[in-house]
Amino acid sequence: MRYVLFAAAAGAVVAAAVYAVTVSGRAPVSAQDFVNLQQGDSIQAGFRRAHAKGFCISGEFQASGELAAYSSAKALQPGSYPFIGRISIAGSNPTAPDLRAPVRSLALTILPDTVHQWRTAMNTPPVMAVATPEKFYQQLLAIQSNTVPQFFADHPESAHFLQWRSHYQPTQSYATERYHSINAFYLVDRQGKQQAVRWTALPLTDEAGVIADEEAADALQQEFFSRLQQGPVRFDLQFTLATAKDNPADATIPWPESNLQLSAGTIVIEQASVQQEGACNALNFDPLVLPAGFAPSADPILRARAAAYAESHRRRAREVLMQQVVGGANE
Amino acid sequence: MNKPQTYPLAMRVMHWLMAALVLSLLFAGLTMVKSLGPWQQQLLAWHKAMGLIALLAIVVRLIIRLRSETPTLPASVPNMQQMAAKLTQLGFYLLLFVMPLSGYLMQNAAGRPLSLFGLPLPALLHTDLALYGLFREIHGWAALLLVLLIVVHSCAALYHGLIKRDGVFRSMVRK
Repeated sequence: MRYVLFAAAAGAVVAAAVYAVTVSGRAPVSAQDFVNLQQGDSIQAGFRRAHAKGFCISGEFQASGELAAYSSAKALQPGSYPFIGRISIAGSNPTAPDLRAPVRSLALTILPDTVHQWRTAMNTPPVMAVATPEKFYQQLLAIQSNTVPQFFADHPESAHFLQWRSHYQPTQSYATERYHSINAFYLVDRQGKQQAVRWTALPLTDEAGVIADEEAADALQQEFFSRLQQGPVRFDLQFTLATAKDNPADATIPWPESNLQLSAGTIVIEQASVQQEGACNALNFDPLVLPAGFAPSADPILRARAAAYAESHRRRAREVLMQQVVGGANE
Repeated sequence: MNKPQTYPLAMRVMHWLMAALVLSLLFAGLTMVKSLGPWQQQLLAWHKAMGLIALLAIVVRLIIRLRSETPTLPASVPNMQQMAAKLTQLGFYLLLFVMPLSGYLMQNAAGRPLSLFGLPLPALLHTDLALYGLFREIHGWAALLLVLLIVVHSCAALYHGLIKRDGVFRSMVRK
């Protein structure tokens, strides 16, 4: 009996050691590695580690019901549903100049505070340059070490991304950009039947933005806020349905224009506020917060986005908590 | 009044089932916060559902404990160790409540909907970044404290079972 117990204890120690080595040593890239790389050397306490610069928006999503046959999700049944959202630019600097950012984003939480809530974080590029988190990590390293051309040359799957980038012209307003889900998802109907989809927010105005001051860091934010004073900003939320030829797990390849496209409804942005005072600041726009009627695709980038966003959320929440504790003590 | 030599069957069963559940939850939790792997989401969903079951289990266990006669440590155990044993037990009961409650509340503060096997669960907190920070940190640090407590507890149990052989280990296994 004594030896059996010793053997069990020794086994437990070995198992713990193996676990420690596999998780901390061999694991290629962790969520912490990703966020460490994104935040860089100068930590901006309380801000998102990626897409730190942005502002909160709110309004309603007017669902057309065109996708109701494909999904049981409440947000896709005909009706009007409130949302909290955020418009942002890529990068870890919360005071970066709007007009210099390579990527712009529109994120939404439709039907917040309910079990039906649907979060989506959409970006201006329609595809990723690479298909896995490990390669995306290498891409971020290449950006930091100024070896991006070499990185793209070594990764031929980036061809579609490069083609998009060579044609892309940033507009003078967040209201006239196209924002893409990038990753694919499944719509699930009441019988459990799945249909792979991607979606894009298409601007419903082509009215060019009037930039009051090209040098202002907040140039696009100012333009959007003054545009909202004239009335709501609208986007058409268009879904593209995959065919058997499309691979939902690969975000580097665009789907053909000939695929069936359906309008899920209209995103009506009614209000905007600076992010520190807005409801969006507490939210992590994790694209895997999906209601019944949606399911994630097997795209590994999608899973990695959720894990990295969670780590970023933890860090800035801890910083805001400490600021409040210290601030409270000083009052 | 004579104290029993062993823990009642209900407590022994709860002890070992919860040991397995809590160890799995801890390993799952410590792994999933790091991993970018495709199974991470599945593990997360499992962790949340099992965490809620662990909350129900600790409530049931506390009720059983309060209604049971439990064995006392033998007089041969020094006073300091008796004290340490009591503190460890108290620590376990506290942490086994703190873990699932902080997990639940941090989801509330993050504005994420929770459900157990399809049944929606109420949000007890409003969405708030600092509150999320508070409960997220409590959840993370309490997990590490719980791991530490399990190591201490296991070492003490093995010491009694293998070296002292004074019936303390047997009170939770009874061959």
